[in-house]
Amino acid sequence: MDFQLDAKHQMAVDLFKDFAEKEVKPKAIEVDETEVFPRDTVEKMQKYGFMGIAVPKEYGGQGCDPLTYVTCVEELSKVCGTTGVIVSAHSSLCCDPILQFGTEEQKQKYLVPLAKGEKLGAFALTEPGAGTDAQGAQTKAVLDGDEWVLNGSKCFITNGKEADVYIVIAVTQVDIDPKGRKKKKFSAFIVEKDTPGFTFGTKENKMGIRGSSTYELIFQDCRIPKDNLLGAEGKGFPIAMHTLDGGRIGIAAQALGIAEGALERTIEYTKERKQFGRSIAQQQNTQFQLANMATQVEAAKLLVYKAAMAKATQKDYGFEAAQAKLFAAETAMEVTTKCVQLFGGYGYIREYEVERMMRDAKITEIYEGTSEVQRMVISGALLR
Amino acid sequence: MKIVVCVKQVPDTKGGVKFKPDGTLDRAAMLTIMNPDDKSGLEAALRLKDQYGAEVTVLTMGLPKADAVLREAMAMGADRGILVTDRVLGGADTWATSSTLAAAIKNLDYDLIITGRQAIDGDTAQVGPQISEHLDIPVISYAADIKIDGDYVIVRRQYDDRYHVLKVKMPCLITALQELNEPRYMTPGGIFDAFDKETTVWGRADLKELADENMGLAGSPTQIAKASDKVRKGAGEKVTPDSPQEGVEYIINKLSEKHVI
Repeated sequence: MDFQLDAKHQMAVDLFKDFAEKEVKPKAIEVDETEVFPRDTVEKMQKYGFMGIAVPKEYGGQGCDPLTYVTCVEELSKVCGTTGVIVSAHSSLCCDPILQFGTEEQKQKYLVPLAKGEKLGAFALTEPGAGTDAQGAQTKAVLDGDEWVLNGSKCFITNGKEADVYIVIAVTQVDIDPKGRKKKKFSAFIVEKDTPGFTFGTKENKMGIRGSSTYELIFQDCRIPKDNLLGAEGKGFPIAMHTLDGGRIGIAAQALGIAEGALERTIEYTKERKQFGRSIAQQQNTQFQLANMATQVEAAKLLVYKAAMAKATQKDYGFEAAQAKLFAAETAMEVTTKCVQLFGGYGYIREYEVERMMRDAKITEIYEGTSEVQRMVISGALLR
Repeated sequence: MKIVVCVKQVPDTKGGVKFKPDGTLDRAAMLTIMNPDDKSGLEAALRLKDQYGAEVTVLTMGLPKADAVLREAMAMGADRGILVTDRVLGGADTWATSSTLAAAIKNLDYDLIITGRQAIDGDTAQVGPQISEHLDIPVISYAADIKIDGDYVIVRRQYDDRYHVLKVKMPCLITALQELNEPRYMTPGGIFDAFDKETTVWGRADLKELADENMGLAGSPTQIAKASDKVRKGAGEKVTPDSPQEGVEYIINKLSEKHVI
């Protein structure tokens, strides 16, 4: 067992760090303040292959592995949580299900441009009445001749209005079980932007990750080709759950990056900030807090990297993904909150950025499965 | 077209400078980067490759760990990397370095050689032009723009207050300024490919054209007597005089105090 990144992965980390420092960090405050999607940065990431890191070369990707992808989301999130989630939602929630479940034609048509960075992806499962209880989803798809007709709406969709290709989960069948209860069957679909009947609703005004373009998607008699069914009919729920297993590793990496970014800044700040005639880094309270945070962050990192390795080598990695996301998200929230406290009054001021990191951290405990859902997944596996 | 780009692995000044007890740089203990001028030279070569088609070979001399700059260059798009490394080549000054690199280049086919103007550790700006002398080919230094026209290169040579446009028949050598371009980033897939490829490693025995008296510390006419870290100056004194007259008087008094005037 070796806990060091090899030279290849380390060079990739150096690349992501360099890119994040030069291209992402200078814009992070503005992205948060203005809520403007960082299109220029995304175009640069597309040009340099960041949007297809774990996709095989034959499908336009970079042919790297989940660990490389995770370090990319981590390094971006150290300086800007918004940029981290843009890559994560595109890669884990759109590219990955097409790679895993798509037909060869779907891969050529959709995955290749997504991985090459010519198109941006999104994933739509959540509905106003269906968050953790995904079975509550109402959006329907009915086969009519050679087309599926979609009706309903999705909410809180990351990369919402900016994406070109959407994976949409919809009800395609309702069965009645022997006890007379309704049991919905879902299917997954690939929907292109500008398809008639597909429009955007409300843009969400969020607490954190404010540049990530979170929108409501509306489908009104939206007709898509029959061939845009992703995977088998009726298998949409397991496809969505499997997709989220991968997505959770991306969000865990985002949470890890946010925690690391806040901690790095706080270490610097505590060395400079003087109170009672010496730096606050010389006060034992600060030292113990930093020690605790650094230890938590390291533990989160090991879980996140372990989950990435599990995705590379195992068929099922939901358990590792849930543990990584649970711990990294809660670490991000705790660490950023403590960092703001160590900054004192300045921590509450936007210019110092740790308050943004604290706001960005909160979502990692909520989306792609709340911390409570992760505990259900983990305990479910323990007690099986 | 075949382009050879010479690059050097240099200490990353962000990581701090470390010395051995004898006063020479402790290269093994310092963080390293690809020399910035060399990186711009590489970018220039890669742009020529994109525009005209070319095979780009990256050449470096250094410790075995200098392999990292070759991998970085290949991850940016260079086709192959050659590391010249041998204990007997260590301690080389610019003469021995340029003799060694020229001997390595004599093993290769080339139309164009690009080097950085100078390295941030030595700041001599001598190695590139010296290589051209050893190879007996023209040199164009301080290139701010490079174009290809058949068998010729058209280069804008930058000076502080003016520039020259030169048209030179290849083969020739160009030294590049950092201001020449903004080097591209590596790509993640490029990094993976670079580590899948082999780099070529040449030792003393592979450099047939290199004479013993022109290599390593013994073959170096320049010997470093002493190197030292920059001595930190005191914080200084800040004064805010009420008038220019008062300011001048204050300075004159200080200079007299120190017996400068």
